[in-house]
Order: sequence, then structure tokens, then C-alpha cells
Amino acid sequence: MKRFVAWGTTAAALGLPTFAAAQDAVSFDQKINDVFAGSTGWFVNLIFMNLPGTSFPWIVLWLVVAASVFTIYFGFIQIKAFGHAISLVKGDYSDPNDAGEVSHFQALTTALSGTVGLGNIAGVAVAVGIGGPGATFWMILAGLLGMASKFTECTLGVKYRNEYPDGTVSGGPMYYMTKGFKERGLPGGKVLAVIFAIFTIGGALGGGNMFQANQAHAQITQITGDFSGLITGVIFAGVVFAVIVGGIKSIASVTEKVVPFMGILYVVAALIILIVNADQIGWAFGQIFAGAFTGLGVAGGFVGALIQGFKRAAFSNEAGVGSAAIAHSAVRTKEPVTEGVVSLLEPFIDTVVICTMTALVITISGVLVMDPATGNFVLNEAGTAIQTADGSSGVALTSAAFATGFSWFPYVLAIAVVLFAFSTMISWSYYGLKAWTYLFGEGKTTELVFKVIFCFFIIVGAAAQLGAVIDFSDAMIFAMAVVNITALYFLMPIVKREMNSYFARIKSGEIVKHV
Amino acid sequence: MSKTTIVVGLDGSEAGERALSFAKARAKMIGDCSITICYVIEWSPFSFQTPEENEQRHKRREEELKLARDRVVDPAVSQTQTEGLEVTGIVKHGDAADILDDIAIAQKASEIVVGRVGLRGLKERLFGGVTGRLVALASVPVTIIP
Repeated sequence: MKRFVAWGTTAAALGLPTFAAAQDAVSFDQKINDVFAGSTGWFVNLIFMNLPGTSFPWIVLWLVVAASVFTIYFGFIQIKAFGHAISLVKGDYSDPNDAGEVSHFQALTTALSGTVGLGNIAGVAVAVGIGGPGATFWMILAGLLGMASKFTECTLGVKYRNEYPDGTVSGGPMYYMTKGFKERGLPGGKVLAVIFAIFTIGGALGGGNMFQANQAHAQITQITGDFSGLITGVIFAGVVFAVIVGGIKSIASVTEKVVPFMGILYVVAALIILIVNADQIGWAFGQIFAGAFTGLGVAGGFVGALIQGFKRAAFSNEAGVGSAAIAHSAVRTKEPVTEGVVSLLEPFIDTVVICTMTALVITISGVLVMDPATGNFVLNEAGTAIQTADGSSGVALTSAAFATGFSWFPYVLAIAVVLFAFSTMISWSYYGLKAWTYLFGEGKTTELVFKVIFCFFIIVGAAAQLGAVIDFSDAMIFAMAVVNITALYFLMPIVKREMNSYFARIKSGEIVKHV
Repeated sequence: MSKTTIVVGLDGSEAGERALSFAKARAKMIGDCSITICYVIEWSPFSFQTPEENEQRHKRREEELKLARDRVVDPAVSQTQTEGLEVTGIVKHGDAADILDDIAIAQKASEIVVGRVGLRGLKERLFGGVTGRLVALASVPVTIIP
């Protein structure tokens, strides 16, 4: 999901390591990189392979087609149940006797903190930089469709989770694959679950960990100047270790409060820039719509805009990947559908709101160079992307766009990126752990082994430039979607039955509001 | 069922104890009066949690409820019973002021008695403590015991 950002920043971060140890690590990295690229390159190429004769990765089509199928099959659930989702999050339907259990709001924000991050800040800049403002239109469309995928997977996640005698729960695609397939009398559930779990561990250590550490370090060095990634890695690993192994609540609770605050600050800053430039919003939307169908001279024309938009949405909100099903399954509800409905809001907030904000700010700020005569964008020398005012791309482009409104914003953005990276790591450490315990069994020792491995990979991710390893683990995250969506197709009739029964009972007045 | 009820908020502090003593004395004076002892575990459905905390939430909740019953509410209930008063104990999660008022309404209580918790931290000075908020929103008379 975040691979497109990696290009520029990793190189900058690892230019000149100052320590001898780091220098050894680089040559060592090189070896690992070569061996890894040699043995796993085929897998990466397979996952990100383009459809014949196009530059459209099949995995993106896979995600978008699935989202469209679920949208139609569940009768546009994202529109029908949107208001109900908000009521649920507000707690209107929560039984007061269940006070003290995980609320819908908490499950939603926990899942969101795993997806809101670099994708919303850097990924969008890459999409708009290559595909032009028109990419935003396709991004919003894909985000809206993705809501149906989330609904499907999160409903199943809650329905088939494991509840243990001590009151803890474990849920996620592994459990609905095994139990759901068994219930429907289908073979192969267990096999899918094991494959899914393996991909999840790979994705957790890579995209959910090494990549995050790497990007956080890159952001820090942009402000402080270059220093060894080992230092960042060890500090990050120490903090994550304290939270996931030591159970240090104070650190977790600080991030819990700071991360949403950063998210809100980001949206507010974007809104202020938009309000200040209110006269241009109409023009920006004009650009978005015109660009969506004509391309306005961007690389690859209108198809280029479409590909970039779809990619960005799919890679940013993780709809269909299966990770959210793990996060949402902790809610204690009698109705699995309620959690599915709440999870609808996730791609909406992540993609339709936050990503669109970023795209609008970039469009309005004028950092993309336009030919005043034709109204078309000017391409860079290589012809691969739109020329930008200062030649930047990715996070730096977003930073430059926000700096046109607030000169100090790049500092806030750097802190935000680091915190988002941290919260994404915490979330993915949990997803990885669930997959790990699914394969190796629940237990204190098995859990500890995974957590230590996870922390070790943070150091590796921050200190090393392991492009091939990161590519591989990104491919793993999308491989999760291949397995997960396959299972969703087989299990969607169960979700439909649950959905119909639930909404019938809402209509008949059997399920009532508590306020 | 007694004619009237007094709701007492306990928090395990000495001020809470004094509130209970006051309520008992008052109940005895009224005669046909029961006491409802409430312990509220501060909790908000709108806080932010890590996935691991969510997973263990149900277990923690049970532990919190048990602890509050064992340490505070049950001893207070049995002690009140020995004095010949009709008494019930309630432990709930939520906002203390809201919950105390909800219970008072549900039980048709004539009064809420709470101990005063001193306004110490900056947060309490800015937003007011539980007692302050209770006074502001309560639907029945509130007695605050210093």
C-alpha cells in the first residue's frame, strides 16, 4: 500500500550512515537484498503484475471488482445504512447494561488508527502527482465501493470470532474461513486460513512495520539532518516493546490521544486552507471532474488518472484485505451486522474524507505546474509525472502544499507521520500476533516470541534499506486480499441472511434505541 | 418496597463513608426508607484504545466489577443490613454524575448523597469534579457531605 512512497524518501534517509556499524549493515543489507530479490521477486511481480497490454495492476482490479460485487449484492448498503452507522457509533443502540464493554466507537477508531497514516498523506500526493486532480474522482469512487467490502468482512469477523472462557476474544478472516466454510459444507477453509495467516505475518512485519519505521526515520532526518537509522530503530523498538510486551498503558494512552488529535489537526488545517481559498474550490472540483474523464494532459491521460485513483484508494483503506476484520472483532455485540455497518465508515473517513482533503489542498495550492495557455498540466522531463513547483513528490509534495497555507505545517506533518507510523505499527503488531497465534496456538510464550521478532524488525526496517524485503511484504498485504476476498465470495450469503434479519428486526421495532 | 429511597455514591474514600453514615441516619429518621449504594467505575465509550485493550476489555470489565463489589459495595451493603435497613448495591461503568442521576430517576429516589471529592487537579478546576457536575444536572435534591 505504501510502496509508491518508498522511492524518494528511503534513499534520502540512508544516504550517509555515520556509524561503522551502520556501514557494515549496508553491505550486509545489500546481500540480504540480493538474495531476497532473487528468491521472492517472482511473487512480488505476480501480485503487482499488470493486466496484459495495460499498466493496470490486476490486484487493483481484483479489489475494485470485489467492492462492486458486494455493493450490488448488498443493495448499496453503504448508502442505505450510513445513517444507521452513525447512530451506532453515537451509542444510540448500545444497551446501558453493557457499559464498560468495547464500544462501536472504540472498535472503529482502533481500526482507523491502523489505516490512517502515510497512505493518506504521501500516497495521495503520489496519485495526484502522477494522475492529476482527476485521480481524486476515481479515488473517491473506489473508497465508496470499498465500504461494502469492509461491511462484508467485518460482519463475518464478529460472527465467527473465538470467545475464550477467560473472556478474551480472537477474531479475523482465519476464523471465518475455517468456521464459515465448515458451516456451509465447503472444503478448503482451513487451507485458506493458513495461507492467509502466513501472508498476514509477512504483511505485519513488512508494510505494517519495517516500512513504517523506515518512513518515520526518513521524516525525522529531513528535519534533524542525517543520522543512523539504528538509533531511530532502537528507540522505536523500545517504545513499541514497552507497549506490546511491557503493557505500559501510559505510552499507549498518550498515542491514543495524540493520534486522533493529529488526524483532526490535519483535517482542520486542510479545511482552513480550503476556506481561505474558497473561491477556488469550485475550480478544483471542476479540475477533478474534468481530469477524471479527460486527464488534462497527465501521464497516461484519463486511464492514468483512473489507475492512480483506484490504486490509492485500495492501498489506503485496506478494504478487502482482511485486517479490519481482526480489529473489529473485539466488540461485544449480539448482532455481528452492527459491527459491519460501523466499519462502513472506515473507508469513508480514510479515503472519502481525509484523502480527498489532501488531494484538494494539493490541487488548490498550485504546487502542480500548469500551462496557463492550455490549462493542461506540464509533465516532468521524463514524462512520468506532473511537474511540481519545487520538484518534490510524495510526503514532500503534501508538505509543500500545506506550507503554502501555514509555513510551520511541515513540522507538524513530520510529527504526524512519526505518530501515524507508530500507531500503524501497534495495530499491525496485533494483526500479526493474531495470525501467529492462529498458526502456533495461544499462549504467553508463543505470543512473546512474535512480539520480540516484531520489535527486532522495527530496528531492521529503520536501519536498513531493504527495498526487496519491503516490496515482498507489501505484496504479502495484497496477497491477503486475494485469499480474503475469495473467502468473502463464498461466505457472502451468510452476511446477506444476517443483514436481512437485522434490518427486518429494526423495522419491526424488535431492536430499539436505548436513548 | 419502601416508600422512598436514598441513593448514595461511594468511591472507596472516607468522604464516601461519611456520605453513607449520613444517609443511614437520614433513612432511620424517615423510617420507611431504603438505601441504594452505587459505585461508578469511570469509563467512556468514546475513549481511544489499542486492539489488545479491546480484546481484553470484557475480561477487565468483569475484574473491575468484581473488585468494586468485593472491596467497597458488598461490605457497605452487609454493614448497612446489620443496622436493619433495606439496601441494594449497584456497580456500573460510565460517567459518575450521569449514572447516579439515572439510578435516582429509575429508583424514584428522593435524594442523592455523595461525599465531596476535593477539587485538586487542574482538570477538575477547569471541568468541575463529579460533585460539581452532579449538582448541575441532578433531577433530585443532592446532599454533599464534606
